[in-house]
Amino acid sequence: MPKRDDINHVLVIGSGPIVIGQACEFDYSGTQACRVLRSEGIRVSLVNSNPATIMTDPEFADATYVEPITPQFVEQVIARERPDALLATLGGQTALNTAMALHAAGTLDKYGVELIGADIDAIQRGEDRQRFKRVVATAGGEVPRSAVCHSMDEVRATVAELGLPVVVRPSFTMGGLGSGMAHTMDDLDRIAGSGLSESPTSEVLIEESVLGWKEFELELMRDRNDNVVVVCSIENIDPMGVHTGDSVTVAPSMTLTDVEYQRMRDMGIAVLREVGVDTGGCNIQFAINPADGRMVVIEMNPRVSRSSALASKATGFPIAKIAARLAIGYTLDEIPNDITRATPAAFEPALDYVVVKVPRFAFEKFPGADASLTTTMKSVGEAMALGRSFGEALQKAMRSAETSMPGLWTRPDPENVSLQASLESLRTPHDGWLYTAERALRQGATVADVAAASGADPWFVDQLAGLTQMRDDVAGATVLDRALLRRAKRAGLSDRQLAALRPEFAGEDGIRRLRHRLGLHPVYKTVDTCAAEFAADTPYHYSSYEDETEVAPSDRPKVMILGSGPNRIGQGIEFDYSCVHAVAALREVGFETIMVNCNPETVSTDYDTADRLYFEPLTLEDVLEVYHAEHDSGTAAGGPGVVGVVVQLGGQTPLGLARALTAAGLPVVGTPADSIHLAEDRGAFSKILSKANLPAPKHGTASTYAEAKAIAAEIGYPILVRPSYVLGGRGMEIVYDDSRLQSYITRATDISPEHPVLVDRFLDDAIEIDVDALCDGTEVYLGGIMEHIEEAGIHSGDSSCALPPITLGSGTIATIRGHTEALAHGIGVRGLLNVQYALKDDVLYVLEANPRASRTVPFVSKATGVSLARAATRVMMGASIATLRAEGLLRPHGDGGDLPSDAPIAVKEAVLPFKRFRTVEGRGIDALLGPEMKSTGEVMGIDAAFGHAFAKAQMATYGAVPDGGKVFVSVADRDKRAVVFPVKRLADLGFTVYATSGTGDVLRRHGIEYTPVRRHSDEHPDPALRDAVELIGSGELSLVINTPAGSAGVRTDGYEIRSAAVVVDTPCITTIQGAAAAVMGIEAMMRGDVTVRPLQELHAAMDAASPTRHRD
Amino acid sequence: MSPKRAPAILVLEDGRVFEGEAFGAVGETFGEAVFATGMTGYQETLTDPSYHRQVVVQTTAHIGNTGVNAADEESRRIWVAGYVIHSAARVVSNWRATRGLEDELAVQGVVGICEVDTRALTRHLRSGGAMRCGISSLDTDPKALLAKVKASPSMAGANLLDEVTCAEPYVVPANGQRRFTVAALDFGIKRNTPRRMAERGIETHVLPASSTFDDIAAVNADAVFLSNGPGDPATADHQVAVLRELLARRIPVFGICFGNQILGRALGLSTFKLKFGHRGINQPVRDETTRKVEITAHNHGFAVGLPSREHEHSAVGPPAGETAAGAEFDTEFGRARVSHICLNDNVVEGLSCMDIPAFSVQYHPEAAAGPHDADYLFDRLTEMIGDNISA
Repeated sequence: MPKRDDINHVLVIGSGPIVIGQACEFDYSGTQACRVLRSEGIRVSLVNSNPATIMTDPEFADATYVEPITPQFVEQVIARERPDALLATLGGQTALNTAMALHAAGTLDKYGVELIGADIDAIQRGEDRQRFKRVVATAGGEVPRSAVCHSMDEVRATVAELGLPVVVRPSFTMGGLGSGMAHTMDDLDRIAGSGLSESPTSEVLIEESVLGWKEFELELMRDRNDNVVVVCSIENIDPMGVHTGDSVTVAPSMTLTDVEYQRMRDMGIAVLREVGVDTGGCNIQFAINPADGRMVVIEMNPRVSRSSALASKATGFPIAKIAARLAIGYTLDEIPNDITRATPAAFEPALDYVVVKVPRFAFEKFPGADASLTTTMKSVGEAMALGRSFGEALQKAMRSAETSMPGLWTRPDPENVSLQASLESLRTPHDGWLYTAERALRQGATVADVAAASGADPWFVDQLAGLTQMRDDVAGATVLDRALLRRAKRAGLSDRQLAALRPEFAGEDGIRRLRHRLGLHPVYKTVDTCAAEFAADTPYHYSSYEDETEVAPSDRPKVMILGSGPNRIGQGIEFDYSCVHAVAALREVGFETIMVNCNPETVSTDYDTADRLYFEPLTLEDVLEVYHAEHDSGTAAGGPGVVGVVVQLGGQTPLGLARALTAAGLPVVGTPADSIHLAEDRGAFSKILSKANLPAPKHGTASTYAEAKAIAAEIGYPILVRPSYVLGGRGMEIVYDDSRLQSYITRATDISPEHPVLVDRFLDDAIEIDVDALCDGTEVYLGGIMEHIEEAGIHSGDSSCALPPITLGSGTIATIRGHTEALAHGIGVRGLLNVQYALKDDVLYVLEANPRASRTVPFVSKATGVSLARAATRVMMGASIATLRAEGLLRPHGDGGDLPSDAPIAVKEAVLPFKRFRTVEGRGIDALLGPEMKSTGEVMGIDAAFGHAFAKAQMATYGAVPDGGKVFVSVADRDKRAVVFPVKRLADLGFTVYATSGTGDVLRRHGIEYTPVRRHSDEHPDPALRDAVELIGSGELSLVINTPAGSAGVRTDGYEIRSAAVVVDTPCITTIQGAAAAVMGIEAMMRGDVTVRPLQELHAAMDAASPTRHRD
Repeated sequence: MSPKRAPAILVLEDGRVFEGEAFGAVGETFGEAVFATGMTGYQETLTDPSYHRQVVVQTTAHIGNTGVNAADEESRRIWVAGYVIHSAARVVSNWRATRGLEDELAVQGVVGICEVDTRALTRHLRSGGAMRCGISSLDTDPKALLAKVKASPSMAGANLLDEVTCAEPYVVPANGQRRFTVAALDFGIKRNTPRRMAERGIETHVLPASSTFDDIAAVNADAVFLSNGPGDPATADHQVAVLRELLARRIPVFGICFGNQILGRALGLSTFKLKFGHRGINQPVRDETTRKVEITAHNHGFAVGLPSREHEHSAVGPPAGETAAGAEFDTEFGRARVSHICLNDNVVEGLSCMDIPAFSVQYHPEAAAGPHDADYLFDRLTEMIGDNISA
């Protein structure tokens, strides 16, 4: 069955901002889909609010709408574009829910748009738990015993029957949001209560506990001729009870016989057919009782999922790409296997390696949050590794995760933790439990003890025991000879781990020298979908200590691009975006591109992106070995080998390697490592500033409380304190007095003279400005100037900002340009530079300068129509800005600092994960923003005027902006004057105002009527008034405006207010500037004149102002 | 991560040497090196008689994790001549396991080798073709072993049926009510085959490979099943002659694997040795009747030549660009067609007679190990029997 000829125009819906449970895997799948559809000659329209994605690059679709993914906006796009079909199965739950809503509202019928990839019935059968239960029964399978409940009474009745513990799962939420395990009736009230409110259908499933069972997943694909293949089996090492996104997972499954595996495969296929996913991919989860093999079906996702991305990277079978082809009518036997080219996609990949995925958490960002692992996903990213054995893959994955523990034994064991305590802690799943398990084995626990405590299969625990034994062998050997070292490397031990066990080598460099002297280098094997049965056409490699390497010789000049590793807060998809652009730019000018990364969610780790892909950890050892392999095979072929290594675009991870790589003789291109250090070293940076006569907030460096206090006394409070060398504002705080300073220093345990604390005067009420610029050593090109909407003090990653700046005058912009040029030249930037400024009392202070790609590079590129990352890459390889202007990669005249006055306004808004987290007691956590970054993702709203753009950004973040209802206002004294105008507008627009007494008094004096509310902390509460926290918790408010008092403690009213708002998902604005902007947005939405426009049109309009610029 | 074991080597007949460590029985063994890509089902693979005289290289990384159990044995013993793996399990984890794999290999005297770069070996076999090899954990001198490898028998021209077939006939009863009786010629039959037939009410009379037409006729079966088996089908002249008699009398016949090759020969086609064969449980086969793709279990080093181009086959498979799909051809027994092909390399995977009740597939509908997609072929068998009875 060839391609359908009645589909000529497809609308693809993306997944919006990166949130926990829905990360850049959907950029990967969506990008693949767009590529495939266009290569088939189909017009592609795209809606996605996330500017950091590759898919929203104008070249990937014919019409790219960076607009909120809400039924309202998608309908506008449909009305404008009139597509034949809608593909919503590649954009995660967001896209699927939007498609369902469009169907329910009759929009799809109205415009004659066919939903392809899965039909509405199939989605409902797959996602509606009650219907799914019937589906499984019809397919001859079992599910855990359960009942669907719509009220707490029903919930309690069900539990009376099933007994505790039970699993609570709300319907139609993503990433297991709102679900959890209830061991007690209190747990039940809490989890089921919030589950009922999270579920769009007010529906939760109460389910028999299969806690501790083995958990498996199958990734399946089906075509319209009913051909079904299983792409991959995945086994979770964490047993049932831990969300699969938070589990350590392995492919292929390790502990099933063929009989059991085929039973699971049969059931998967039967369920898939019964659900009726016509074409495309789906994921089905199973639990197996380790005692007797009883198998139950847990759930299915009738769409491409995070696991599909993982399975694609794990097998080389590109699920999203194939799903897109199937959706337009092809069958599996008509689609070639990309990797072998000779064989079809109708087959099941065979792996001759082991894949391990580990989650990456960010609990340190959310003090007070319950860090135990449950059925609600809490990880913010993941790393994957491949090896020829489980141990090798596991250890590569563990060091890829870039946590504080870079592999087993690399840090001393915690002191005074008994074996009993280790085993006890394994009973509660937690981040890093593998380390605990290995320690317990060393403390004398048996494999059975650890398996019983952790619920992990004994086979996996025994693998850890094998590593423990290897540790003993290495530590106990008189000589580290070649045979032993080879065995250790085959088991996946890094040089760093070996160095920790053999201190006489003085670190990993010593081990590496020994290893190289003994001729021990990794070889590189290929991911080929077929266990070497057929030749592979695609150089997708991973390292292993084996006999034969598969790196093909090539005499082309090569450039390595180092990716950014697992997503985490502060380092996410934005950096992957830049890396992917670097690859494109380098390929265009004839370099052979070599991508190194370990994040399975990304576009950069698609084997289609670079010429060669190395799925490897981003550690010094692993990167050096890739370099040696590529360079040596290149020079052996008579070519120049590796001529460049790009570290500037992948965020802090590769940047942190710059010095060591340079020292090892690698050709690191762009801003030299020493210059990078200049910008990071406080003393050196100060010299640059004073030399160029640039003002900076007063500051100092302290390694003790006494020193910090002395500095504070000199420069005056408030101060901003932070550890040196941080990412995403980690550990950064604004401190208003000595006592809080002391408490900060006490908490910051890592402080030492080598790692001092930086103390800066904090500029209250300043306007913060971000600049992304490009420097070729001569000329500086401003990519964009972003004006923050919140005042300084909130991490730039968490702030909303506008581009072009909405209130800055031409004088200020000239100053910004001058300062930026001085900094770029002072530091010696070759490539990108990001500068943060604070404008206060007409003085432009330099807060920070980072000579690397920033998080805002993709936003700036989307807003201005210039790919900064591409241009930067060319500059790093020696091109001048003048050349790039001539080529059309940059504007021929001017730059992003002098956009035409009619340029559209782009607003970036951060998306925060607060509602994912609860305290151990089950309460919400504080949603307060500060200098430490907490957002997981971002959206962009773009429109002709600020209010419209801001409204879109809010809609994209929250799904809606309120158009009436009740607003609660309670602001700090310093904000009381400024709050009057926005609240007056809200009242005029018909909002009912609630306020606490202090704020209310000010409002009343300005003629604004309000309903008084009492403070939660009032010692003598007025019984006639409602309690602020209770009011918010009731969910009846449509908006909360609450700015924190300066010295906000954890238990003050502000905390209670914000956490309550998070729990009920009410928009909560915590800055006065944000409130003013929100009001403009609300007005714009209520006027109803917010329309949609594709980037292609917006950029063309901007180009019209520069008529000589040409585009591809 | 395995504990330190005795060193072992594997030498191929072209002189390439792989180093590893002893696994299973310590000793020396010889056979034809072939690779199998299944990620599950090592126990079924080891006990599949079609692997007789072959040294099996498992491409999947870990072997032995689930131990062994009686229920998953496909015959009375392990047949492989030698076993090559990457990582050996240190412990067994499965509720059905009764023993560790390595113990089982040792008890049955099967010599193996682990910690081998099995991917490099597989790539070598892919380009060099299946070839003789030796494994030794006694004498690790490659030269000495190579000489022995070169002196060992080769697979082409080998008739191994007498070595694997049952000594005496036996009966596998139907589950429940008996509907039909099938005489199964045991060329190396796997236990799951009679099991699949029993599920459909078939009583299976398993007969030795040397059975004559009269022996078979004595069973008075509704159909004859030709099993899988090892060796070169070109040597099975007796079985081909018996089959021709069956076909001439319109006795319904269903063959698999070796049985497909025998049917091919009986229909006048030739067989040839594939360069490295099909051994795995992920092979896509298209049924040309329904145009549906099934994922199937394969274990064959020989194949039936394309009807029209049979003299042009090279060792690597059918002539380039030629598709056998649905090709019809004349035989002594009327028209016949290629009913199934492998989508990977276009190899003939099934034959169907159009004028007499006989069909066959080159792969394993009984699976074990492998997906159950081709299970419908046993339904075709009962349909064929039913049609034949009513006719």
